[in-house]
Amino acid sequence: MVAAMDFTLFNVVLGSALLGLVAGALGSFAFLNRQSLLGDALAHAALPGVCLAFLLGIALDIPPKQPLLLLGGALLTAWIGTLAILAITRTTRLKQDAALGIVLSVFFGAGIVLLTAIQHNVGAQQSGLDSFLFGQAASLLPSDVWVIGILGGIVLTVLGYFFQTFRIVVFDPACAATLGLPVRRYEILLTTLIVVAVVVGLQTVGVVLMAAMLVTPAAAARQWTDRLGHMVMLAGALGAVAGATGAWASSLEARLPTGPLIVLAATALMLFSLLMSPRRGLFWAAMRRAANRRRIAVENLLKDLWRLGERDGRFASPRAVSDVMAVRAASMSALGQAQSSGLVRRNGTLVQLSERGLQHAARIVRNHRIWELYLSRRLDLADDHLHRDAEDMEHALDDDVIEQIDEALGRPGTDPHGRPIPRGVPGSTVEAAL
Amino acid sequence: MKKTPALEFHDLTVAYDIKPVLWDVDLSIPEGQLVAIVGPNGAGKSTLLKAALNLAPLSSGFVRVYGAPYPEMRKRVAYVPQRESVDWDFPASVLDVVLMGRYGKRGWFQRTNAADRTRALDCLGKVGMLEFADRQISRLSGGQQQRTFLARALAQDADLYLMDEPFAGVDVVTERAILTLLRELRDTGKTVVCVHHDLQTVGEYFDWVVLLNMRLVAAGPIAEVFNTDKLQATYGGHLSILERAATRLLKDRRGRARDAR
Repeated sequence: MVAAMDFTLFNVVLGSALLGLVAGALGSFAFLNRQSLLGDALAHAALPGVCLAFLLGIALDIPPKQPLLLLGGALLTAWIGTLAILAITRTTRLKQDAALGIVLSVFFGAGIVLLTAIQHNVGAQQSGLDSFLFGQAASLLPSDVWVIGILGGIVLTVLGYFFQTFRIVVFDPACAATLGLPVRRYEILLTTLIVVAVVVGLQTVGVVLMAAMLVTPAAAARQWTDRLGHMVMLAGALGAVAGATGAWASSLEARLPTGPLIVLAATALMLFSLLMSPRRGLFWAAMRRAANRRRIAVENLLKDLWRLGERDGRFASPRAVSDVMAVRAASMSALGQAQSSGLVRRNGTLVQLSERGLQHAARIVRNHRIWELYLSRRLDLADDHLHRDAEDMEHALDDDVIEQIDEALGRPGTDPHGRPIPRGVPGSTVEAAL
Repeated sequence: MKKTPALEFHDLTVAYDIKPVLWDVDLSIPEGQLVAIVGPNGAGKSTLLKAALNLAPLSSGFVRVYGAPYPEMRKRVAYVPQRESVDWDFPASVLDVVLMGRYGKRGWFQRTNAADRTRALDCLGKVGMLEFADRQISRLSGGQQQRTFLARALAQDADLYLMDEPFAGVDVVTERAILTLLRELRDTGKTVVCVHHDLQTVGEYFDWVVLLNMRLVAAGPIAEVFNTDKLQATYGGHLSILERAATRLLKDRRGRARDAR
């Protein structure tokens, strides 16, 4: 008994993983070709085909739930849906998105009518067709898994075979055409492969959510790599993981539909990728921004200390923390940061620039004033427009650029407002450490 | 006997839907020239190139490439589309894109091989992009993107190069590098036809010019055709541009006369 259960679960998990693999790999091309919604329309367009095939099976008195029969019906109407989209965009003034919306809803509506009729006449229990809506991996038989495996194998083989060709057709169809490629035919081939991938997944994931299996693993994979080959393989792998996880989770509770669970698993992978991938990850971007803000706050603090020093020429004198904070309402955390970086020394209510802090402050003030001068001389900006811009640029400019500008300006002594441009730390100003 | 022109248009009319873009263009571009196609926005400059490449629907007329229909001469023609025509965030490296130029070299069922790789790297070297071969294309500057496209066209080993705004939005260094490269091509007997938007540099950069504004206004060597009358006929009212271009042209001529002396 236990062994039998395990075999069923294995069967279901294997079928879902295969489906995820095929959909993920194909989805990469759909995703890059901006055909994500096409997958959605095609999946919905397959539903009436499934119902018609079922009715045909009853009429011919063959087992109506034969996987090949149902898949054949699904392929047929999904294909008709594709042609309908092409026909609408070519012969009317409607755009692609409208055509997709029309085909999706019309075919899906027809499918629901047929489905309801079948359930009333044949009985929902016998038909089991409602699992095509949201997917029921538990209903996968070994023969279904074979069908998924074989069709998936064919699709992936064709994809691998024409990989280079599909790449150029998707990236630059005009160039592909000038190289002598029958672009239109390859586009149709690619769409056909997507149709097959969609149809293969209908029983497991369901028409409503099948598009997510194309898009989500591809979007996740894109975050991790800049190579198309790697992206396709990774999307396939992520799709397989999502498929297996979702199918396994749905087996825990008998009533849970598989499709939504697989999609949730894929979405979790995608969210993780969007946040955590090294180069594109939003989390790291936020961290970098925060670190940058902190750096700017510290540099502004150093600059304020420097400018207090300019008043009496004693740059390294201890200043009252309250005086420093009053300049621009600097935060205590910036002060803490500057202190722990060794840029300032602090003793109770007094704060003082360290050796390194002096150098750093001099650099920032120099950047600011040289940039102001550059703007004023080269761009003829009015004096009151200079400061804001320099306030941002002083933290961004690197030493090379400043050096070049400085040289181009003839190593000026003062900025447009007549304030001195510091070059190095004034030697006599070093005072006793706090 | 007269030499076969590199590119001919006979009585060419192109219309998108019912809106005509090019009317009755009769044009013959000689071999071994550096040619600019010049005209105002919407004059059909890009469409003329696309018509030559079978990428635009011809309402009437025909095109000859080295005396034969384009499909027969496809391998002798390389196309550099406008930089904005593709998604530069596509997951591909610079080398991947340049290798695309080698796809047509052998049967479609064979993959590119080591020799193609060598040739692609060679072409990247010619446009000064060798060190960027493995760079993801989304991390290129505009000038680097343009040079990548140029390298892809070079990798096709063609005789006729059709380029849509190769100088658009590139930095000065890239502009110079591209110009040098186009001149090298021309000097080895290739023909280069560029859609060009900057009237001020036409006289300096090109040998031959096609003035276009839906109809062909004039075509021929710069010295014969590129003058204020013809520009006025091409551009209509945009006088300020014309005056600047004419001034520049005069300066160029004086410069050339000086060089000749």
